[in-house]
Amino acid sequence: MAEETTYLIRGAAILGGDAEDLLIRGGVITARGTNLSATDTAADAADGATVIDADGLVALPGMVDVHTHLREPGREDAETVETGTRAAALGGFTAVHAMANSTPVADTAGVVEQVYSLGRAAGWVDVRPVGAVTVGLAGEQLAELGAMADSRAQVRMFSDDGICVHDPVLMRRALEYVKAFDGVVAQHAQEPRLTAGAQMNEGEVSAVLGLTGWPAVAEESIIARDVLLAQHVGSRLHVCHVSTAGSVEIIRWAKSRGINVTAEVTPHHLLLTDDLVRSYDPVYKVNPPLRTNDDVQALRAALADGTIDVVGTDHAPHPSEHKECEWAQAAMGMTGLETALSVVQHAMIETGLMTWADFARVTSAAPAGIGRLTDQGRPLEEGEPANIVLVDPAARWTVDPSAMATMGRNSPFRGMELPGKVVATFFKGHPTVLDGRLNTPYRYPSEAPVAGAAGAN
Amino acid sequence: MKHLLSTEDLSLANAVRILDTAEEMSSVGEREVKKLPALRGRTVVNLFFEDSTRTRISFEAAAKRLSADVINFAAKGSSVSKGESLKDTAQTLSAMGADAVVIRHWASGAPHRLAATDWIDAAVINAGDGTHEHPTQALLDAFTMRRHWTKLSGLPSTGADLRGMRVAIAGDVLHSRVARSNVWLLRTLGADVTLVAPPTLLPIGVERWPCTISYDMDETLEKGVDAVMMLRVQGERMNASFFPSTREYSRRWGFDDNRLRALDRLGLKDTIIMHPGPMNRGLEISAAAADSPRSTVLAQVKNGVSIRMAALYLLLSGDTREPAATLKESN
Repeated sequence: MAEETTYLIRGAAILGGDAEDLLIRGGVITARGTNLSATDTAADAADGATVIDADGLVALPGMVDVHTHLREPGREDAETVETGTRAAALGGFTAVHAMANSTPVADTAGVVEQVYSLGRAAGWVDVRPVGAVTVGLAGEQLAELGAMADSRAQVRMFSDDGICVHDPVLMRRALEYVKAFDGVVAQHAQEPRLTAGAQMNEGEVSAVLGLTGWPAVAEESIIARDVLLAQHVGSRLHVCHVSTAGSVEIIRWAKSRGINVTAEVTPHHLLLTDDLVRSYDPVYKVNPPLRTNDDVQALRAALADGTIDVVGTDHAPHPSEHKECEWAQAAMGMTGLETALSVVQHAMIETGLMTWADFARVTSAAPAGIGRLTDQGRPLEEGEPANIVLVDPAARWTVDPSAMATMGRNSPFRGMELPGKVVATFFKGHPTVLDGRLNTPYRYPSEAPVAGAAGAN
Repeated sequence: MKHLLSTEDLSLANAVRILDTAEEMSSVGEREVKKLPALRGRTVVNLFFEDSTRTRISFEAAAKRLSADVINFAAKGSSVSKGESLKDTAQTLSAMGADAVVIRHWASGAPHRLAATDWIDAAVINAGDGTHEHPTQALLDAFTMRRHWTKLSGLPSTGADLRGMRVAIAGDVLHSRVARSNVWLLRTLGADVTLVAPPTLLPIGVERWPCTISYDMDETLEKGVDAVMMLRVQGERMNASFFPSTREYSRRWGFDDNRLRALDRLGLKDTIIMHPGPMNRGLEISAAAADSPRSTVLAQVKNGVSIRMAALYLLLSGDTREPAATLKESN
């Protein structure tokens, strides 16, 4: 059933600008203006709009994550599509790209369609499966990229994320092949020989801690190679989780040459440094690793000036036993969906580097463009799809991983006080989050309702 | 002091206190009955995730001389090799009433995890973790150096530091927990440290350490040195291209017979040669150097027991625990 309720968002600062009203009906923004009433646009809407007082709140387009690990199928003890997308909705997202490193790997049309269907059944956000570049992420032969592109999941982003497509010939072929359906290869840039056994950023801190280093050059050398390959074959390249100042310089150079490259940075790389590893607490173990303060500052500047296009969470939940152990034994990864907005507000907006309009660009419009999502990342204007987040920028909260919707408890922001709270998330005109709490999922009209999961309040 | 995890954060006062207590403990080793009742009724667990017979028996001898009950838990061939986690192992030992855990682990930081979590409440002593630290080794090295250094100046060793002493540490610094612990402790004690190694075996970031870096063993000797500590080099490093061959390693970085003669030629008659063991004779140290009167290798082993007695005593009968009646409080 299509969304019947009319919502009137009263007095939200659109992209942080002047306060205006937004009228939502049938999944669409039907009006934007001041002092709207529910009957302004549709005569039959007079039967009562739900009014949401958004005084003091900022209205933003629903966030789009280009980099999420939902773990299903295969590791349902770490996360499921249901729990992960609940976390996404609470974090202000209306779309996530589910990375391919599930079990089985999302390297066939069957698996990506399964993830796509699970996402639609959950109904909290758009779940866009990412297809593997190579069969089984093994880096040996191309997966059926075309079949995944043509499937119901309409995959446009392909990645072996977690593993680098390090064979230059295979990378070249992948970049070339995806041109056939306007795809993009999202590279996890990590030269494998330079990072054998790597545990943390190689530098001053790793020298003291005696942990095997993950040198910046292992990321930068792959990015340098890949931008040149992308230029040579005229393809679209996306660089996942850029983590070093040197990578920023290479991407800046590539863009100045007109190479079709986009880049992503995670919230944790915008805020945290490898000094935290001194605790040996594996909650700070992540790949690529936390870097130095110089890198953090370079990444912030790059995100502000557009060298880095998007924020991607690299949300990577793990069961607790994979973090309650020795550093070297621990899994790499951090949760991020429910803290991304706050961390970016803290690192980019409260520092004066970005405005909320910039925030909307890097968390919504640009990532939707990379993933070729036509109904996400749109302006908050009349006639546009109603994917909207209302944020209280003045709120402050202390991160408590045990209270999160994700099954992962591995948040590196645990105990930190952060600004900004998602008050409401509208997905296709339906409030998935209201008053800062999960509401009900969106139900697709064309499909039979899922038994037992219907959502009246 | 609740734990002994590293020398990086060991204060000068605590370092000297351990060394001074070890002097007292060493006198016990000279007696006919080498035993004190200080830790009677206490349980010390040697938890070894990595083979090290030398370190394990040194801790065992130390604990037994203090009358503690000792449990040796070799993680190989135990439930640990069947996938039991460090957390479960620690909780098991805690349930058994361990007062101190001496942990040797192949993973850097494992002792810190035991100390920082609520898995176990016992005192934790790091007996070597990965390529991070080996604090009791550095303390026994410092103890050996301090005895030598104070004897030269005719002063009592108790209460002394190592101000002015020139120490060269040579070899595979990159993979050495001994080198790291020594660099921090020798800095704290006021010695001047030079690391001598091939550039491939020095960590990126070493330039920020409180020491001098040299790629030239002969030049380091010529500048004058009071102690030369040779680090064990492992043959498998050669296969990973850290250096071209063991012969080339020996020639450029080893303490061979020529360098032993050079000490005499340079008039460095009081310079000692140290090695944490086990030695690769003919690789990083020649047999003549290892067996010369300058060698302190066996004194280091002997002093190791005293240092480990001191560490166990101070951690288990310190301020927060029951005082031991038999030794006078050293603070």
